[in-house]
Amino acid sequence: MKDIRLIALFTVTVALIPVFIRSGVVLNFLMMGLYATLLAQAWNVLGGFGGQFSFGHALFFGTGAYVQAIAQLQLDVNPWCALLLAMAVGSTVGAFVGAVSFRFGLKGSYFALITLAFAEVFRIVALSVPFTGAGVGLMLPLREATANMQFSSRSGYIWLILGLVTLALLMTAWLRHSRFGAYLQAVRDNEDAARAIGVNASSTKLWATMMSAMLMAAAGAFYFQVFQYIDPGLAFGPHTSVEALVGAIVGGMGTLWGPLLGALVLHVLSDLTRNLFGQLPGISMVVYGSVLILIMLFLPRGISGVGSSWHTLFKNNRQGL
Amino acid sequence: MGAVYALIALGLTLIYGVLHIINFAHGASLMVALYGVYFLKQKLNIDPYLALPIVAPAMFAFGYGLQRIVINRASHGKDENILLVTLGISIVLENLALLFFKSDTYSIDTAYTLATISIGPAVVPLSKVIAFVGALAVSSILLIIMHRTDLGRAIRAVAKEKQGARLMGIDVDHVYALSFGIGLACLGAAACFLLPAYYVNPLVGNGFVLIAFTIVVLGGMGSFVGALLGGLLIGVVESIGGLVLGESLGQVGIFIIFIAVLLFRPQGLFGSRQ
Amino acid sequence: MNLLSVHNLSRTFGAVHAVQNVSMTVPRGSLTALIGPNGAGKTTLFSLISGFSLPDSGKVIFDGKDITGQAPHRSASLGLTRTFQIVQPFAAQTVRENIAVGAHLHHPKRSEALRSAQAVAQRVGLAALLDKPAKDLTVAGRKRLELARALATQPKLILLDEVLAGLNPQEIQEMLPVVQGLVEGGITVLMIEHVMQAVMNLAQQVWVLAHGQLIAQGTPSEVTQNPQVIQAYLGHGAAARLQKISQKTQ
Repeated sequence: MKDIRLIALFTVTVALIPVFIRSGVVLNFLMMGLYATLLAQAWNVLGGFGGQFSFGHALFFGTGAYVQAIAQLQLDVNPWCALLLAMAVGSTVGAFVGAVSFRFGLKGSYFALITLAFAEVFRIVALSVPFTGAGVGLMLPLREATANMQFSSRSGYIWLILGLVTLALLMTAWLRHSRFGAYLQAVRDNEDAARAIGVNASSTKLWATMMSAMLMAAAGAFYFQVFQYIDPGLAFGPHTSVEALVGAIVGGMGTLWGPLLGALVLHVLSDLTRNLFGQLPGISMVVYGSVLILIMLFLPRGISGVGSSWHTLFKNNRQGL
Repeated sequence: MGAVYALIALGLTLIYGVLHIINFAHGASLMVALYGVYFLKQKLNIDPYLALPIVAPAMFAFGYGLQRIVINRASHGKDENILLVTLGISIVLENLALLFFKSDTYSIDTAYTLATISIGPAVVPLSKVIAFVGALAVSSILLIIMHRTDLGRAIRAVAKEKQGARLMGIDVDHVYALSFGIGLACLGAAACFLLPAYYVNPLVGNGFVLIAFTIVVLGGMGSFVGALLGGLLIGVVESIGGLVLGESLGQVGIFIIFIAVLLFRPQGLFGSRQ
Repeated sequence: MNLLSVHNLSRTFGAVHAVQNVSMTVPRGSLTALIGPNGAGKTTLFSLISGFSLPDSGKVIFDGKDITGQAPHRSASLGLTRTFQIVQPFAAQTVRENIAVGAHLHHPKRSEALRSAQAVAQRVGLAALLDKPAKDLTVAGRKRLELARALATQPKLILLDEVLAGLNPQEIQEMLPVVQGLVEGGITVLMIEHVMQAVMNLAQQVWVLAHGQLIAQGTPSEVTQNPQVIQAYLGHGAAARLQKISQKTQ
C-alpha cells in the first residue's frame, strides 16, 4: 500500500538524521517538531477523522504525563512500562469522556465545551491534591540510562518520539483503509445517514476518542521524560490543547500527513517569533491564535487542502475538462 | 455578583440564540472591556460607572466589526468553523493582553471602593450593591429592547427563521453583526459594574466565561429569562461553594454543575434544544 | 407473509399527536406506498419504525422479530434501512466512498466494500460518477446516491422517504425504473410519496395517513376514489363537491 511505503520511507529517513547531523539546534528542532506532530496527530484522529472537536485535549496529555511521573516516582515502575501504562490510562480516561459525552448525545459545541470543562476540572484537582505534587508539580531526578528512558544525547529522545509518531502514522493510515475508518468518517460527515446504514455511531466515536487519547497520553509521557518536570498548568492547561488542534487544522484535518505539515509550520513560526521578539509571555499563543483565524478565513481545509485542490485542478486540466 | 454574571450570560445567550454559535471569545472580550474601563479611569480619570456610555458603545462597535469582518467571512457557512474562529480570537486577545500587560493584576481605587452599606444584618460592599442594581437595570433594558422594539423583533425573527427573515427584507448579516455587538456591549456594561468590585488581569476572562457558559446552559441556550435566573442562582452557589470548599475547589463545583447540566438537561431550565 | 407489521404505534411531541395508534402491514416482496397530506406524520412514522425515534406505545415487528425502539444500526444489520426526505450525502467523500460505507455492513474488507460499491453504482446508473465528490452531484444524482447507499447494505426492506421529491418530470421518469428495479431484485419497498404518478404506477398497496391517523388502505385506485382521502387532501366537503361536479358533467 502506498501509504505504508511512504511511512516507512519517512521513518527511515528521519531516523538517520541524528546519525549524520550533530548540530544541537537542528536535533532539538527535530525533536520538538516531532513532538508537536504527535500532538496534532492525536487530535486529528478524533477531530479530523471523527469530526468531534475537542478543545480540552490536554486532559489526556496531562493524564499521560502524570501517570508517567507517578508510576516512576511513587510506584517504582520502569519508565518503558510506565509509558505503556500512561497510554492505557489515557485511553481509559478517553473512554470515560467519550462514554459520558456520546451516550448523552453531545455534539459540536457542546462536546467542545465539555472537554474544556473536564480539562479544567483535572487541572484544579491536580493543583489541590498532594500526590500530584499540587502546585509545585513533580520532578524526575536525572539518571541517564536507556533503561531509564533518559538519554545523554538528543538522539535517543528523537528515536523515541519518532517511534511514537510512526505509530500514529500507522494508525492514521489504518483509518484511511479500514471499515472502522470509513464508519468514523461517515459519522463525521453525516451521523444520521451513517446510522441508517448500519454504523453504531456512539461506539465508533468512543473508540476514536480512546485512540486519540492514547496517542495524546503518549505525548504527555514523552514530555515528562524530556523535560523531567510536570505541573498542573503545563499538564492540563490550554497551551497544549491549542497546539494540538491548531496543528491539525493548519495542516489539514482528516489527512495522513496534514498534522506533520501543520505542526512543522507552527513550530517554525513560533521559533521565528521567539527569535525576533524574544521570550515574551504568550507570544506563541498569539501566533497560534492568529494562524487559526487566518486559516479559517482563507484556507479552511488546511495546507494539504491546497495541495489536493491543485491536484484536482491539474487532473481536470489533463483530462481536458 | 449573580446579577453581573447574568448580564454576561445574557450577552452570550443572545449571541447563541441569534447566530447559533457559541462565542468562545466572550471571556476574552470581557477582559478587553475591563481593561478599557481600567484605562479610562487611570489615564482619563473617568469614573467606571460614568464610563458606561463610552465603554458599552465601544464594545458594541468592536463586536459589530468583529462579526462582520472576521467571523462571518471565516465561517464559510459551517458552524464548526465558527467555533474555531471564536476560539482563535479568544486566544489572540488573551495573549496579546499577556504580552502588553504581563500577568499583573490591576484594580482601581475610587472614593467608594471601600464603602459599605448595611442591608438588614449584613454589611455589603457598596460597589457590589451598585453592580447588582446596575446589572439588573441593564438586563431589563435589554429585555425591553428585545420584546418591544422593531430592532428586537427583527433580531428575534432572524433567530427563529433566517431565510424567512431575509425574505421579509431584513438584512440578516447586519442583524447578526448587531446581535454580536449588543452581546459584547453587555460585556462592556458588565465591565463597568465589575471593575470597582473586582480586578483585571489577562486571564480574568476565563473564570467568567466558564461561569457564563454554565449559566447559559443552565438557563437554557437562547432563553433570556433563563440566563437571568441562572445567573442569580450561580451567584448564590458560588458564594456558598466558596465558603464551604475554598476558592479553587469552589470553582470545581461550578464545573461539575456545568457538566451535569450538559449531560442531563442540555436544554436547561427554560431553553429549547437546537 | 408480512415482512413488516406495525401495531398501535403512537408518538406525541408535546401537544402534537404526531402518530396515533397506527397499525399497518407490508407484505414481503411488495412495493407499498404511504401517502397523506403534509404534516400527516409519515416521516415520523418512518423514524419510529427505523429506530430514530422512540414510540410512546406500540410495537414494530420486522421479519418476525420485535425491533421496537431498537437502534437504527441494529435494524440495518437485520435488513431494514431508510433514506431521508432531505438527502444526506457524505458530502466530502466520493460517490464510490459513500456507497462503500453501506457495503461495509456485509463486507469488512475495504477492497471488497469498494468493489461492491462499484457494482451497486452500476445497478442504479451512477457508474459514470463514481469518483465525483458527492457534493458535486445534482439533486437527482444525490437521490440516486442515497438509494445506492441503502441498497449496498443488502436490505430486505427499504423505507424510501420521498425519493422523487424535487425532481423534474424527466428525472422522475428516469428514477421510476430504478425503484421498480429494487422490487424486481427481491427487495421490499415502503415509500412515502407525493408524486401520484409513481404511486399509481408502482404501488401494489397504499396506506393513507392524515393527522397522525390511518384513514384508508387499499389498491391505488381504491384509495384515490375514497371520499375520506379526497377530503384529507382537498378539505372538508371536497369529496361531495367533486361528486356533484362529476354528476353534472355526466
